[in-house]
Amino acid sequence: MFASFMTNAWIVGTVVALLAGATGFFVVMRGSSFAAHAIPNGAFAGAAGATLVGVAPLVGLVTFAVVAGLGIGASRRHRSDVATAMALVMMLAMGAAFLSLSAAYEPQVEALLFGEILGVSPSSITPVIVISLVCALALATMYRPLVFNAAAPDLSAARGLNPTVLEMGFMLTLALGSALTVPVVGALLSFSLTVGPPAAARLLTSRPLRALVASMALSVVTLWASIAASFQTDLPVGFFVGVLSALVYIVARVSTRWRRHSA
Amino acid sequence: MHWLIEPGLWSNDAVRTGAGVGAVVAVVSALVGMFTVMRAQSFAGHALADVATAGGAGAGVLGVSPLAGFVVGSVLGAGAMEAIGVERVRQRDVATGVVLGGATGLSALFLYLITLNSSSTGSTQLILFGSLFSVSHATFYVITAASALVCLALAWLGRPLLFVSLSPDAAGARGVAVRRVALGYTVLMAVTVGLSAIVIGSVLSTALLIGPPAAALRLGRSMSVTFAAAAALGVAAVAGGVVASYDSYSWWPSHRALPVSFCVVALVVLELVVVNVAHRVSRRRDGRGRA
Amino acid sequence: MSQNHNATNATAETSTPGTIVDVRGVDVELGGRRILTDVNFHVHTGEFTGLIGSNGAGKTTLLRMMLGLIEPTRGEVVWPSDAREQRRVGYVPQKVALDVDVPLRVRDFVALGDDGHRYGLHRRTRETRDRVEEMLDAVEAQDLAERRIGALSGGELQRVLMAHALVSRPELLLLDEPLANLDPGATEDIVSLLARVRERQRVAILLSAHDINSLLAVMNRVIYIANAHVASGPTDDVVRPEVLSQLYGHHVDVVRVHGRVLVVTGDASTGPVAEHPDIVVE
Repeated sequence: MFASFMTNAWIVGTVVALLAGATGFFVVMRGSSFAAHAIPNGAFAGAAGATLVGVAPLVGLVTFAVVAGLGIGASRRHRSDVATAMALVMMLAMGAAFLSLSAAYEPQVEALLFGEILGVSPSSITPVIVISLVCALALATMYRPLVFNAAAPDLSAARGLNPTVLEMGFMLTLALGSALTVPVVGALLSFSLTVGPPAAARLLTSRPLRALVASMALSVVTLWASIAASFQTDLPVGFFVGVLSALVYIVARVSTRWRRHSA
Repeated sequence: MHWLIEPGLWSNDAVRTGAGVGAVVAVVSALVGMFTVMRAQSFAGHALADVATAGGAGAGVLGVSPLAGFVVGSVLGAGAMEAIGVERVRQRDVATGVVLGGATGLSALFLYLITLNSSSTGSTQLILFGSLFSVSHATFYVITAASALVCLALAWLGRPLLFVSLSPDAAGARGVAVRRVALGYTVLMAVTVGLSAIVIGSVLSTALLIGPPAAALRLGRSMSVTFAAAAALGVAAVAGGVVASYDSYSWWPSHRALPVSFCVVALVVLELVVVNVAHRVSRRRDGRGRA
Repeated sequence: MSQNHNATNATAETSTPGTIVDVRGVDVELGGRRILTDVNFHVHTGEFTGLIGSNGAGKTTLLRMMLGLIEPTRGEVVWPSDAREQRRVGYVPQKVALDVDVPLRVRDFVALGDDGHRYGLHRRTRETRDRVEEMLDAVEAQDLAERRIGALSGGELQRVLMAHALVSRPELLLLDEPLANLDPGATEDIVSLLARVRERQRVAILLSAHDINSLLAVMNRVIYIANAHVASGPTDDVVRPEVLSQLYGHHVDVVRVHGRVLVVTGDASTGPVAEHPDIVVE
């Protein structure tokens, strides 16, 4: 599985998983799992639309993801879960419309929904790395404000941290990261790396910085295992990512409960 | 009415059955969804639809009744979420996300296995977006009966559920079995979503669970009127969507119809936009701020 | 390991008549931390008791424990008159999980306090509706009856929550920091309203607050929480330097100025005073 045609998958997968783990730390901290799930689905619709119009899918992915992210971010105060749900269904429905209008191939659609390790072309490595670095930089800049805002929202607002700006900035980063993850892991499952492993990391340690690092590590290991397993069994990457992410969380959960009981 | 409804709509049995079951599902989704929106559980409601779909795909692999697969899958998903823990908001968020991720992963596996074993194409899209126009009469009756039961159960649970949703501690002090009521509601939501996902797909299931209640709540009338309005808005969206989808066949020379799911969702979104705009306009006119 | 007693119907003979609730030797632990240690106090009919402590001292925990929402790790809470079993305890929480748009009128919300625990759809009884009117009247909120609960101000919501808790005719009314978000004028109004309610409805009141001064005029007993310990008794007997110093574990001054009480926790350099688990001053 380390043949040259797999190199792209390993490189892009690792980069994307590191970013997902880092982003996921904040997603779990802020309780934004729904948004993390909705945005990649929106991205899928963008890819379908791009195919219909004849543009590169990545453009569609990023555009719709960003629009979804900003839209959800804008509704943080009032009934954000309803707004997220409606944005999600609207984009998925649009995706359905685009697909039926363009008569896209079934395997293409499957690949976008469930991931395709061989669907990563070498030409995409550079943009992926560049965008990931941008996102990483953004997260590093927002790290302290986000932690402060999550721990003490009123206090941080009083200190001058505009919660809306913070939310928008984070959503934008989440959107960009999601767009990158979709081709590898699939629209339906890219969010799993931002929930399972980070939630597991939080159970294992309560120190934020350590949790962040653990989150990235667990996410990368999960993706590596998924790529390897997918290669061996020919089953979709998304399946392994989804199930393994959940398992990572469950193992962490069971082991912490065990530790607490025997303490 | 000729310009609005293309000829042949009502004479088409598949369309009639589809519209009928769509309306039934719209009503029960709207009623149950009222609490989903009031309790801010939209994520769970949506997740359960996807989990139900995984159950349906699993049933396809095992070769058992798809309806059973959808409903059982979704109830199992609800159980898993409860097991992980839903007491605190953050925990609920993680529980829903983990269960959703795991179930969607399983979906990927099941769908792959299905496409391996059968030559039918388009099964992925079918499972995601439903097959409103290929519902049999038998399924229609089963779903209607099950929906009626769900509505009865909701009426039974209604007052304590409202009490618990508003003030769980006061309800507990007053002797309400808070955890049991909350769990009972989650199961009802799971069953509802399972029933709707099988006919209209998980996308539409969420749209009808969340959209019409959210719009109805904006109207600001009394409780019972709001419940009725939610149901009405849901049925209207389904009816309008069916008509639009059927009509769209003749809109473009390429004879590609707009999928029903898109039309219904578009109408639900339209309803929400209209209600919100009207609300904002009336607020400005009154000059009254929110307390 | 930890003994877990929460008898609701036991040993009434050791409590004096007219006792609604008797808390005996209770420890409460949450998330591995000891929040309360060896808590002893009682509430008699008709008393107005203030539960005083700074933020995070454990007031809400104590109230929730009394309501049975938290199990004590040691000790017991005895309800000689069966008040908890018969649902004769009313609870006014600090917040309600209110979606602003919930289409519920004040009148209907208050009614939930009476029949919200009953399953099934049923028309409100005449009895319930009359009691709702009576309670809205008692808290002076008749004019709010038709308003939406989401559209009320802090003070208005407070009164509605009280009516909601009172409509089931409780013997004891527990309020969790009802004065927390009110301005001084509204605070005075609520406190005198509570005093009136106690008179007319013959209900004992136990409310938590962090500032003792707002309640001095109406309160006859105080439960003072500090340092995970509790001192309870008539106000003047508890709010004294000796008593509070033992509670805090270091020297504390009590200063009275213009009818107001100021508890000055002093500096720790004067040294800790010998530990006494708790003091119940009768």
